[in-house]
This record gives sequence, structure tokens and C-alpha cells, in this order.
Amino acid sequence: MQTEVFEGKLTTRARMRKFGVLLTGPGMLWLIVFLLLPTAFLMVLAFAQRGSYGSINWDFSIENLRRLVGFSSFGWSPDNLLILWRSLKIAVITTVLCIAFGLPMAFWIANHGKTMRAFLFALIMVPSCTNLVIRTSAWMTLLGPDMFPAEIARFFGIIAEGESLYPGSFAVYIGMVSSMLPFAVLPLYTSVERLDWGVVEASRDLYAGPLRTFYHGILSQMMPGIVASVILTLVPSLGMYVISDLLGGGKYMLIGNLIQQQFGAAMDWPFGAMLGSVLIICSVISLVIFQRVGGKNFV
Amino acid sequence: MKSFDLQVKNVSKSFGEKAVLKGIDVFIKDGQFVTLLGPSGCGKTTLLRIIAGFEKADAGEVILSGEVISNKSPAHRPINTVFQSYALFPHLNVFNNIAFGLKSHKVPKDEIEKRVNAMMEMVNIVDLKNEMPATLSGGQKQRVALARALVNEPDILLLDEPLSALDANLRKKLQVELKEVQKKTDTTFIMVTHDQDEAIAVSDRVLVMYKGAIVQDGTPEDVYEHPVNRFVATFMGECNILESERVTDKLAKVAFGELVLEKDPQWAAAPEGKCCGGIAIRMEDIHVCTAGENFDNNVFDARILERIFRGDYWELIAELPGVGNAESLKLRVMTDPDEIYNPGDQVKLYMEPQYLQVLAD
Repeated sequence: MQTEVFEGKLTTRARMRKFGVLLTGPGMLWLIVFLLLPTAFLMVLAFAQRGSYGSINWDFSIENLRRLVGFSSFGWSPDNLLILWRSLKIAVITTVLCIAFGLPMAFWIANHGKTMRAFLFALIMVPSCTNLVIRTSAWMTLLGPDMFPAEIARFFGIIAEGESLYPGSFAVYIGMVSSMLPFAVLPLYTSVERLDWGVVEASRDLYAGPLRTFYHGILSQMMPGIVASVILTLVPSLGMYVISDLLGGGKYMLIGNLIQQQFGAAMDWPFGAMLGSVLIICSVISLVIFQRVGGKNFV
Repeated sequence: MKSFDLQVKNVSKSFGEKAVLKGIDVFIKDGQFVTLLGPSGCGKTTLLRIIAGFEKADAGEVILSGEVISNKSPAHRPINTVFQSYALFPHLNVFNNIAFGLKSHKVPKDEIEKRVNAMMEMVNIVDLKNEMPATLSGGQKQRVALARALVNEPDILLLDEPLSALDANLRKKLQVELKEVQKKTDTTFIMVTHDQDEAIAVSDRVLVMYKGAIVQDGTPEDVYEHPVNRFVATFMGECNILESERVTDKLAKVAFGELVLEKDPQWAAAPEGKCCGGIAIRMEDIHVCTAGENFDNNVFDARILERIFRGDYWELIAELPGVGNAESLKLRVMTDPDEIYNPGDQVKLYMEPQYLQVLAD
């Protein structure tokens, strides 16, 4: 009698191919219903108009796009483009800072024993378990005029007497980096763990100095981790508005705030949809540029 | 002309409590192919890494061409390494991997081009010029790693188990190529390996290491035919070891009778009684007598217990009855594939005195 091993059969390649659709089906369906369709709807909505009292008027035109780049019945203003530019700038700088701080942290953690590593990871992840608004409010207090960071800054003459570190761009960056850093560190740590130190030694053996060795021996191997880190930091940073709202002190209108306004107070869903669509396109474009420029030489 | 002789002087190294190298002294002449051979944990890789500059010795010196280089970084030693895991730069193609060392030294572009191409030709990888390491097979990676080190024209090339990750056939092929490249470039090669066949095949000189010390230093023939102690005898291929007692300066008592030895200074100097580390004889050196064959001495009766087909030879397990109250002894004997002996056969075994090797311990 022939016996069949069902478990084995289930995991053969042919079997997986045949039944793959079935297995990925639920996930696919979820993505189609809750991500793809709304996104498509958003992009269609972006070309509709606001009717009276926030209703939607399905007259398709590129009016919202014209508004986005600054044309209105009062003439041209650069406000929206400035907001978009500022959002991009903050996201990119936050990402760069996160990678710059995350790299040494990843090496430092990888240098510890197993138990210590778990503990350090817990330390990194614990803040992310608290609500973003609460965390940000904590920064508002901590960066206030009477607290020690402000006093230290005053002592070194970085800020004038009577001023505080909050609100302002410094506070915004502090908030952004502190909330994004954990997501940057995790993929970096994984690639540090997988480093082949032989390549580093090979680089030294082949007369390379410290900088050349860092680039060719370490960064080259960590590129997949860095790409993951950048994606995990850049994309959420682009849409972030709570932090800038709370720590920027109203001076910091970002595209996220603008979108929130359209869907909330302004009741202008079509314009909000246009802003949202542009944000999505900006995210995709910046990732593509990053992969082309940064990842060019790396597999 | 300058000669690149390497001298390792009294080098010791410990990791924590564990002494990995215990006062190593070696002099390696320019142009030799030297192998550091030993089981894992014997310190051979550590010695190589000390020569390369990746580890610092606790004591002792490394001297190259008369200059102490112990405190120089790997980047400042005229020594290059072929790493066990190849350690190719994952983001550079074959050409740029090989050119790496020359670029570090800011060699002019056209010279880099010329030298890299010549080196790719030597190791037969010209058509891989633009490939990325991820697409290469193990053997190809090995060649790139070799070219990448050799293109810098080092005084000494170190190889850390370079062929251990390859399958048996390819390994044999690359052993021959390695030897050829070494002759062509006339560079000192120092290779670490745990594979005694590999060591014998490629080296001019084998340093057998055990527990942080060099236990034997000699040509491959020497080390194979005249192992100094029990460790070397058993590590260098299949070997029978006979517990022995000294009777006279040319006569030894073993379990199955008395053996006539060739004159051995160690044996001659030893006092009567239990001597030395025993006597070693390789399985291919035990001769099964055919009918009518006769020898003056060292012929013993034996019974075949088992035969094992090994492809190009038969391995026989022969039992030699003990003399007096000694227990019988099982020996491994090698015979030609066309000589058929069956379990149960009674045979006579001859052990030629010149193959009987006295072991120190």
C-alpha cells in the first residue's frame, strides 16, 4: 500500500504554486478591499469638487491640482507648495538623523550578550507602546522654559534668556526622531548581526583606511537593512502631523495637517483627496529616487 | 635581491584562560608553499591571523625580511589573505573586487586595468569580469578571492582553509591550480588546512600543529612516512599503532610476537622495557604474502575478519593472535582490488622493517 505524506505534499513547490492563491487569498482580499479600492477612490475623488456644506460635486476637473500648486481666485500663492516642501524636508532630515543615530545604536546593541540585548530592545520599544500624543505631550513639558534641557541650552548660549526650546523646529525634530528611531534601529540591528566581518578584514587587508573600510566593508553589506530602515522611517514621517502640530506651535503646518484640515474643519474632501494623492505619489517617488541613487551599487 | 623570509619568533597567544599558541618558532623561506595542518582548535588559524595582523600576539615577534612587523596593522603589511568565506565585496563586480587593493594604493588607472586583467587571465576568470559576487559559484568566488589577493604582489600570501567549502572534485582541481599559481608567481604561500590530503598534495613543507604547538615540521613525505608521534601518525591518514616493548636496539616485542626494526636512534637510546609511544605502520605497508613468498622475519599468521570495498582498494580487518597472555590484535590492511581475500581466510602478513615507525609519544 502506498502511503501519502500530506504535510510534505502541502509544502512542495508545485503545491504551493497551485494553492498559493488560496492561501494568499484572504490577505489579498483585505488589501484590495481596504487599501487598493479606497486609494483608487481617493484618486478619483481628488478630481471632484466641493459642493455646498461639504457635499461632493462630481464635476471632474483639475481645479484641485491648480489649488494645490497655489492658484486661487485671489491669484497665486506659494503656501501649499511651501507646506509640501517643508513636509518633504522634515521627513528626509528625520530619516537621515534616524539612520545616523540608529547605526551606532545597532552596533552597540549587537555588541551585548543575549539577555542584555533583549533588555535594550525592550527599552527601545517601550516608548512606542505609549500613545503618540502622550509621548509628544511629555516632550512639550520637558522642553518647556523651566526644564533642564532649556537651561542647558541657555547656559551654552544656544537660546536667549527667556526663550525655550519649545515650540520650534528643534522640538519638532526631537519629537520626530524619538518616535521614528525604534523603527530605524530594528532593521539596522538585523543587518549588523548578519555582517560578515571577513569582508571588513579583507578591506583592511587590502590597504583600505577606516573610511574606505566603513563604506566598502560595512555599509555595503548593510544596504538591505538601511533600505528597510529608510522606508520604515521616511513614509510615516511624510504623513506625520500630530508631532509638528503639538511641538511646532502652529508655525509648523505640514501636509499632514493640511489634509486633516480638509477632511475635518474645512469639509473639503476632494481637495483633501488631492493632497493625499500627491503625498502618496511623493512617497513613492522619493523611495524610487533613494533606491536608484543609494541602492544603485547594491543588490 | 631582497628575499622575503618570514620569521615567527616565540609567539604566544591566549584567549582568556585558554592558551591557543604556546611559543611558536618558525622560519619560512621565501618562495615556499607551507601548510599549517591540524585539527580544529589547534591554533593554526590564530597563527595565520597573527601573521596577517588581525590578531596581536601576547608575546613574541613576527619578522618579515628582517623587519619586525608585529605592531603594524594589516593595511601596512606586504601580506595578503585569501579568506575562508572568500569575503568578496558584495557590491563590487569581479573586476572591482580584484582592483580594490590597487585602488586603495591609488595605482594609476591604466596600470590597474593591466594588472587586474593579467591576474584574471592567470586564474581563468576573464569572462567573469562584470559579474557580481552573488552570481558566482564557490569555485569562481575562490578564484576571485585568490586574484584579489595576488594582484597586489604580496611578499607572502596567506590562505585560510581556502578550499574547505568546495566539493571533493573541484577541491582536487583547485589544489593543482593553486600549486601552479604559487610556482608561477614565486610567492610564499602559507595555507591553513585541516585536510591532510590537501596538505600533502600542495605543500613543500608541512607544519603539523596540535594543541597550540608545532609537533612536526617536514616535507609531506617526511610527515606521512615518518610521523614523530601517535597524534601525527593517526592524523595523517589511516595508521595501525602497535604497543611495544624494547627488547634490543633492533627488536621490539608486540602483542603478536617480536618485530625486527630498522635502526632508530630514539629506540636505540631508550632503556629496556616499555618504550616510546608505540610503533606505527600504515595499512598500505602491510603486505599479504602470496603462496610460496618467503621473508626472513616479521611474518605473522593472521585471520581475515572482514573486508571492506573502498573503490580503488580493499580494506581488510585482520586478527593476529596474541603470544603468551597477550590479547589478539586487529590490524587494518590494504590490498589491491584484484586480490580477493574472504572473511575466515588464514593469511601471512609481512611488515617490512623500513615501514615500522617508532613514535616518540
